[in-house]
Amino acid sequence: MAESVDPGDVVAEGAGPPSRRRLLGWGGAGLALGAVAAGGTVAAVRPGGGSEPAADSGAAVPFHGEHQAGIATAVQDRLHFAAFDVTTRDRAELVALLKEWTRAAERMTAGHAVGEGAYGGLAEAPPDDTGEALGLKPSRLTLTVGFGPSLFTKGRFGLEDRRPDALTDLPKFPGDNLEAARSGGDLCVQACADDPQVAVHAIRNLARIGMGRTAIRWSQLGFGKTSSTTPGAQTPRNMMGFKDGTRNISGDDTAALDRHVWVGAKDDAGWMTGGSYLVARRIRMHIETWDRAPLQEQEDIFGRDKGEGAPVGRAKERDEPFLKAMLPTAHVRLAHPDSNGGATILRRGYSFTDGTDGLGRLDAGLFFIAYQRDVRKGFIPVQRGLAAHDALNEYIQHVGSAVFAVPPGVRDKDDWWGRTLFS
Amino acid sequence: MRPVRSSVVTAVAAVAALTAVTGCAEKSDGKGDGAVQVVAKDDSCEVSKTKLPAGHVELAVENKGSKVTEVYVLFPDDRIVTERENIGPGTKANITAEMKAGSYEVACKPGMKGKGIRRKIEVTGGAAAKRSPEMDRAVAGYRTYVQAQADETLPKVKVFTEAVAAGDIEAAKKAYAESRIGWERTEPVAESFGDIDPKVDVREDGLEAGQKWTGWHRLEKALWQDKKLGAEEKALAPVLYKDLADWQNRVGRADITPTSMANGAKELLDEVATGKVTGEEERYSHTDLVDFKANVEGAEQSYQLLKPIASKNDAALTASLDKRFAALNTLLDKYRADRNAYDFTSYEKVGKADRKELSDAVNALAEPLSKLAAAVTK
Repeated sequence: MAESVDPGDVVAEGAGPPSRRRLLGWGGAGLALGAVAAGGTVAAVRPGGGSEPAADSGAAVPFHGEHQAGIATAVQDRLHFAAFDVTTRDRAELVALLKEWTRAAERMTAGHAVGEGAYGGLAEAPPDDTGEALGLKPSRLTLTVGFGPSLFTKGRFGLEDRRPDALTDLPKFPGDNLEAARSGGDLCVQACADDPQVAVHAIRNLARIGMGRTAIRWSQLGFGKTSSTTPGAQTPRNMMGFKDGTRNISGDDTAALDRHVWVGAKDDAGWMTGGSYLVARRIRMHIETWDRAPLQEQEDIFGRDKGEGAPVGRAKERDEPFLKAMLPTAHVRLAHPDSNGGATILRRGYSFTDGTDGLGRLDAGLFFIAYQRDVRKGFIPVQRGLAAHDALNEYIQHVGSAVFAVPPGVRDKDDWWGRTLFS
Repeated sequence: MRPVRSSVVTAVAAVAALTAVTGCAEKSDGKGDGAVQVVAKDDSCEVSKTKLPAGHVELAVENKGSKVTEVYVLFPDDRIVTERENIGPGTKANITAEMKAGSYEVACKPGMKGKGIRRKIEVTGGAAAKRSPEMDRAVAGYRTYVQAQADETLPKVKVFTEAVAAGDIEAAKKAYAESRIGWERTEPVAESFGDIDPKVDVREDGLEAGQKWTGWHRLEKALWQDKKLGAEEKALAPVLYKDLADWQNRVGRADITPTSMANGAKELLDEVATGKVTGEEERYSHTDLVDFKANVEGAEQSYQLLKPIASKNDAALTASLDKRFAALNTLLDKYRADRNAYDFTSYEKVGKADRKELSDAVNALAEPLSKLAAAVTK
């Protein structure tokens, strides 16, 4: 990868040639990405007027910043999400790991190979980098780290007093069928990229660096982003064929992000300032029965029409929904902030299809990811309403669940993931 | 040991005497420096020349002692260049070898026992890689270990194969896992011969078209799954013994280098990571944890021998390896009551979560272990 990347592709906030900045989406200039709907492909507009798919442009997203990339960043096409157990009991080893991860993440998000690269080293030793991303562009790779509640358990790393109240354990919701092997974790890394191989490469190398200190607990691949943080782009469809998340928080809506996503300095944990809380849910869809449901039922369940995505009784997708026109059990109605006392989350979910389940059914669904300033004011109230009343529940089941505190961004080359927590 | 100079002087006299007596002059290249004369006695090993040109080398050995002897030419790491056994008192033997430049030792072993009486020789000319003495020590140590493992294993194999041949299922089951420990500890070396492994350690799904299934796992299936020993199994038992005796005879000639030791240690962990944590290896007997432990012990032996070199180049790596070997051994000890016995929990009783814990511990060790070769060669 190293030799194919022009360092000029990596543009820091407020630096670099202005012509490049347009490619970066949510750069310091606060430009809209200019992404246009083009047959479902996100395209980045070149200053010259020509456009090419963002995945082909292969731009790098700046790694350093006040917030971690991968939250408000324009949603990439692919996901590899991994939850880790920390196997070491030694706090210093954990800190060393986070520093090593940070340095590797800096390199990989810039499109460089890890360490001394994937070839050219000692013939007798395995290369530092696994090599499958050689020759591929940075593909807007973002790596976002989070800390699970179990990391703060008393007697582990001396962090019990630092657990934020907002990092609360999720209650058991009606209908949950959670598998332990797909839930929880001490650490998580969310890798998003336009090229799945780039995302997989990143997680694989971090897992390798972590061996002996961490072990993968579970992981999830995702495709076909199911929400957008770029209002100019077409709202993606989920596996049920519906547009969902039209009203998602826009990545450049600074006021909404500050209010609903970023942890503020006056919130309960100072070390989390600039961070966010992540909820991940593996939601299995009963695809086959859904596909047998009549169109009217499908549209009633969502509260939108299937073609345009317009709310019930409206003409266009982005028309203001009139909630009372929908069934009381409609998904959109129940998920809307107005039905939840204003609770708003930033969604970054992806579809998944993990083959079949041995009964001939597609093991597919939504890998739901939400970011919010406080889980108690974000995901929990929304999910309480959905779990109790959502008509969609007949066709879905939550089978995996995890919550993480996502610390603020890495400021510079000397900073590291989790510094504010551990120092 | 006698000073080299004196033995040379003695040997020169011996050359003249031997040449005159035996008429071996036709082996000479015409300059009077043909065969190296080796006079073996019960307490000495006289070598006529200690500096030789690289290329074809011939040793003319005469046993002037009272015991049967054997003579070896050894690399500094104790690997065998060439050897001749069973040289009776008063008899002679010729030994030949193609030798590259480097330091070697000639060893006479009166009574065919022990390390023998050693004489250093230098072969010059041509190019040869020089290895540090500490690397040679590490390799020699591992060579000794590998041979000892084979030597100790054969009697255990005998117990197992004799029980099978006698149709004694219970005794055979009891002896099975133990008979494999020495092999599992040194598997990469055993596998380096290519032909022995497919005969003794192949699993049914690893057979190639037309290949007859022989060896441990064939008998394992008969004992645990078929629960009977027929004529065919009884006949295969001595074949297994014979194949492993072949291993014992040849293991000393294996090509061992510091990097092959380091990567061999990693390979032993890879064996665990792919075959043992899944329970595939011992799918009938479920004695996987015995193999597991033996693989780890073999890897640790390689590592300990290389550690003096590696720790100078990468102290952080050896510190981490020390810790992770200890952690994996502690974890394995959970599965046996007695730390000195190889009586491990049946692997079918090891649950999914525990298997993952074992797998994580193996990965935790194998990943840094894969960096050992680099630390040794730096």
